Amino acid sequence: MTAVPAQTVASAPAASDVPTADPIILAEGLTKVFTSHKRTGRLRRERTDFTAVDGIDLSVAAGELVGYIGPNGAGKSTTIKMLTGILNPTAGTLRVAGFEPQRDRVKLARRIGVVFGQRTTLWWDLPLLDSFTLLQRLYRIPPERYAANLAYYTEALDLGPFLDRPVRQLSLGQRMRGDITAALLHDPAVVYLDEPTIGLDVVSKHAVREFLHDLNTRTGTTILLTTHDVDDIERLCSRVIAIDHGRVTYDGPLEDLRAERDLETVVRELYSRQEV
Amino acid sequence: MRVYLTAARLSLRRYLTYRSSAVAGVVTTTVFGFIRAYVLVALWKQKPEINGWDLADATTYAFLTQGLMVPMGVFMNGTELGPRIRSGDVAIDLYRPVDFQCWWLALDTGRAVGTGLLRSLPPVLAGSLVFPFALPLSPVRWIAFSLCCVIGYVVSFSLRYLISIIAFWTMDERGVAALVFAVGFFCSGMILPLTVMPGTLGTIVQHTPWATMIQIPSSVLFGTQPGGVGYALAFGLFWALVLMGAGRLLTEAARRKVVVQGG
Amino acid sequence: MAESAERPLAAPVAYLLLVRMWSRSALQYRTSMLLTGLGQLFTTSLDLVAILVLYSQVKVLGGFTLPQTLYLYGTTRVAFALSDIVASGVETLADAIRLGTFDLVLIRPVSTLAQVLADQFNPKRFNKLVPAAATLIWALTDLPVHWTAAKIAVCAGTILCGFVLYCAFWVLSGCISFLAVDARELANTFTYGSEFATEYPLNIFGRPLGLTLTFVVPVAFVTWQPSLYVLGHPDPFGLPGFLRLASPVVAAVFSALAVLAWRACIRRYRSSGS
Repeated sequence: MTAVPAQTVASAPAASDVPTADPIILAEGLTKVFTSHKRTGRLRRERTDFTAVDGIDLSVAAGELVGYIGPNGAGKSTTIKMLTGILNPTAGTLRVAGFEPQRDRVKLARRIGVVFGQRTTLWWDLPLLDSFTLLQRLYRIPPERYAANLAYYTEALDLGPFLDRPVRQLSLGQRMRGDITAALLHDPAVVYLDEPTIGLDVVSKHAVREFLHDLNTRTGTTILLTTHDVDDIERLCSRVIAIDHGRVTYDGPLEDLRAERDLETVVRELYSRQEV
Repeated sequence: MRVYLTAARLSLRRYLTYRSSAVAGVVTTTVFGFIRAYVLVALWKQKPEINGWDLADATTYAFLTQGLMVPMGVFMNGTELGPRIRSGDVAIDLYRPVDFQCWWLALDTGRAVGTGLLRSLPPVLAGSLVFPFALPLSPVRWIAFSLCCVIGYVVSFSLRYLISIIAFWTMDERGVAALVFAVGFFCSGMILPLTVMPGTLGTIVQHTPWATMIQIPSSVLFGTQPGGVGYALAFGLFWALVLMGAGRLLTEAARRKVVVQGG
Repeated sequence: MAESAERPLAAPVAYLLLVRMWSRSALQYRTSMLLTGLGQLFTTSLDLVAILVLYSQVKVLGGFTLPQTLYLYGTTRVAFALSDIVASGVETLADAIRLGTFDLVLIRPVSTLAQVLADQFNPKRFNKLVPAAATLIWALTDLPVHWTAAKIAVCAGTILCGFVLYCAFWVLSGCISFLAVDARELANTFTYGSEFATEYPLNIFGRPLGLTLTFVVPVAFVTWQPSLYVLGHPDPFGLPGFLRLASPVVAAVFSALAVLAWRACIRRYRSSGS
C-alpha cells in the first residue's frame, strides 16, 4: 500500500492493515469494576465495588464514524480508557486494531490516536512544529510519510500561520487543530476524540467537523467520537452508541434514533437517564 | 478584627484536611530528625559539652526543630501570595477593605496552627523514645518558649511576605525565594545548632532574623540563651517590627504601582 | 501502509529525545534559571559548611578525620547529583497522577519509565554537580591515601555504582507515588534521606540501624563500603571484607528489583485506575 496523503487516494483505507472483514474494535462482555475501601468504623474497612462498565459488547468495523454518548458518570471515559490501554478490563475480551490493549500497550499505541478536548497532548512552551517533530521520532514515522502528512494537515487545518508559535500562545481553536494533527501524523487506524469541539467558537466547530468528516470518508480512519454536542452527532455520526450506568442503552444508526423525535430531544432524554 | 479571625479559622480548617500528606510529612520529618540526631550524637560523644549544651540538649533540639520546621515556615517558600501576583488575581485582594498584610498574616497563621497540630508532636515523641531528651518541667520556661515561638513565627511570616511581594516588581519570586531558602535554612539552625558555629560565623549567624525562628526558642527552653529571656524577646521583637514595617512600606508601594498601571 | 520498523522506539533513545525537548523548554526561562541555579549552588554548599563546622569543634568524628569524611561526602554528593540530573523527573509523578496527565504517558508507544524520568528535565540540575565535584577533588588531594590502580578503579566504581543505586532509589520513590499519591514527601526520604545519611560515616547510626542500612536497604553500598576500601579504614561494624567490593553486584540486583517494582506499579495503576 502506498503512503500517499488522503487527498489523492479516494477509497483505500490508508490507516488500517487489518483485513476489513474483521471489526477493528471488538469487545465482548467488557467489564470494569472499581474497588474502593471506605472506613466504616474505628478499624473496620468496607470494600465497595463500583461497576463502571457492565459487560458491554461493542463491534466497530473499520472506517466507521461512531458517536459515543451518555451522561457524565455513565462509563464513557472508562470504556475509552480500556480501548486505549490506559485501564485494564476486569473481565471480558477486547481487541483493537488486532491487539489486546492490556498486553500490547506499546504496539497498540502506534496504531491509535487520541484527542482530549480538555487537555493538550502538545508541548506547552515550544513551537507547535517542535511537538510534531518529536512525535515523528517517538512514533517512528518514516520521514517521507511524516513530511507528506504534515504538509497535508497544515493545509487542511490551516496550521501555517501558527506552526512556529509556542503552544501556550495559541487560541483554543488553534490548539485543538494542533492536537488533532498530533493524533493523526502517524496514520492511526483508530482515532478517539473526547469532546473535540468543546469551548470552540461556531466557526472553529464547523471547521473541525468538516475536517473529521473528510478524514473519515477519504482515508477510512475509524473514528470514535465522545461528545455532548448535538450538532457534532448530527453532522458526523452514521452510528450512535449510548451508554448509561455502564450498559449500552442504544446502538444503531443515527436515523433510527431520530425517527420519531428530533435529535435534540432524544439526546436530552438520554442524558436525563430516561428510556429511549 | 473579626474578619482576620475568620480568615485564620478558615485557613486552619483547610490545612487540617491535609491529613494523608501530613502523615507522609511526619514520617519524612522523623527520619531526617533521626539522621540529624545521630550526627549530633557523634559530635557530642567527642566533646560532651559545647557552648553550654550537652548531648540531651542537642538531640532534643534536633527533633524539636524538625517538629517546628513546617509551622514556622523555615522553608521560606513564600506565601500563596506569589502565585496570585503572577496570575493577576491579587488585584481583587488589593481592593478588599482589609489591611493587606494582616490579611495574609491571618491566612498564614491558620496554616501554621493547622500544620503544627498535625505534624509537630509525632517527631518529638519518636525521638524521645530513642534519644536522651532535655525538656524542662518548669512552666515558666515553656511560657517563655511559646512567646519566643510566636515572635519567631511573625518574623518568619514577615520575611516570606517580603519575598512574595517582590513579585510585584520581578513577576517571579521563585529565584529570589530559592536564594533566601538556602541562606535561611542554614541560618535558622536547621542544619546545625547555631550555638556550635565557631568564631565570626557564629556571631553573624546568631544575629540574623532567622535565629529567632527555632534556635532562640530552643535555647530559651533549655535555659541556655545568653542574655536570658529578656534578650530573646527584645531581639525577636526588633526584627519583627523592622521586617513587618518594611513589608508595609512595600505594600503601599505595590498598591500605588497597581493603581498607576490599572491593575 | 509501510511502517519503518515494527519495533517501538528504544527506551534510552526516547529518554534522550524527551530530555532534549524539556531542556529547550527550560532554556526559555533563562533568568529564573540563573537565580535558582545560584540558590542551588549555595544550598548544596551548605551541607559542606556544616561538616566544616562540625570539625571545627573536634578532630575526629565517629573515628573518621575531616579529609575522610569529606571523601564520603564528596563521593555521595557527586553520585547523587548525577542521579538527580538523570532521574529526578520522577518527582513530578505524584502530581501527574493526581491531575490525570499520567494517562498521556500510557498513550505513547514508548517506555513509561523513560517518559517519567525525563519529565521536566532542567539543565540547571548540572549546577549541583559543581560544588560536589569540587569537594571530592579537595578531599582526594587532602587524603593521605596510597593510590594504587585498584584503589583508583574502586573510587571511580564507587561513584558509578552510587549513581546507579541512587537512580534505583529514584525509581522506587516513584513507585511510592503510585501506591500513595499524597506521599510525595515520603518518597523523598528514600532519595534525599539516603543522600543525607551517607554524607557521614555510617557507624554514627549505631549497629542495628547501620546493619539495616546495609542488608535491608542497601544504603551502605552507595558509597560507604567501597570507601572503606579506598580509605583503608577498618569496618566499624566488623563486616567481612568482600562486602567492600560488592557494590556493582548490589547495584545491578537492586536496579533490576526497582524496574520490576516499577512495572508492577504500572500494572496496578492500569488495573485500579489510580
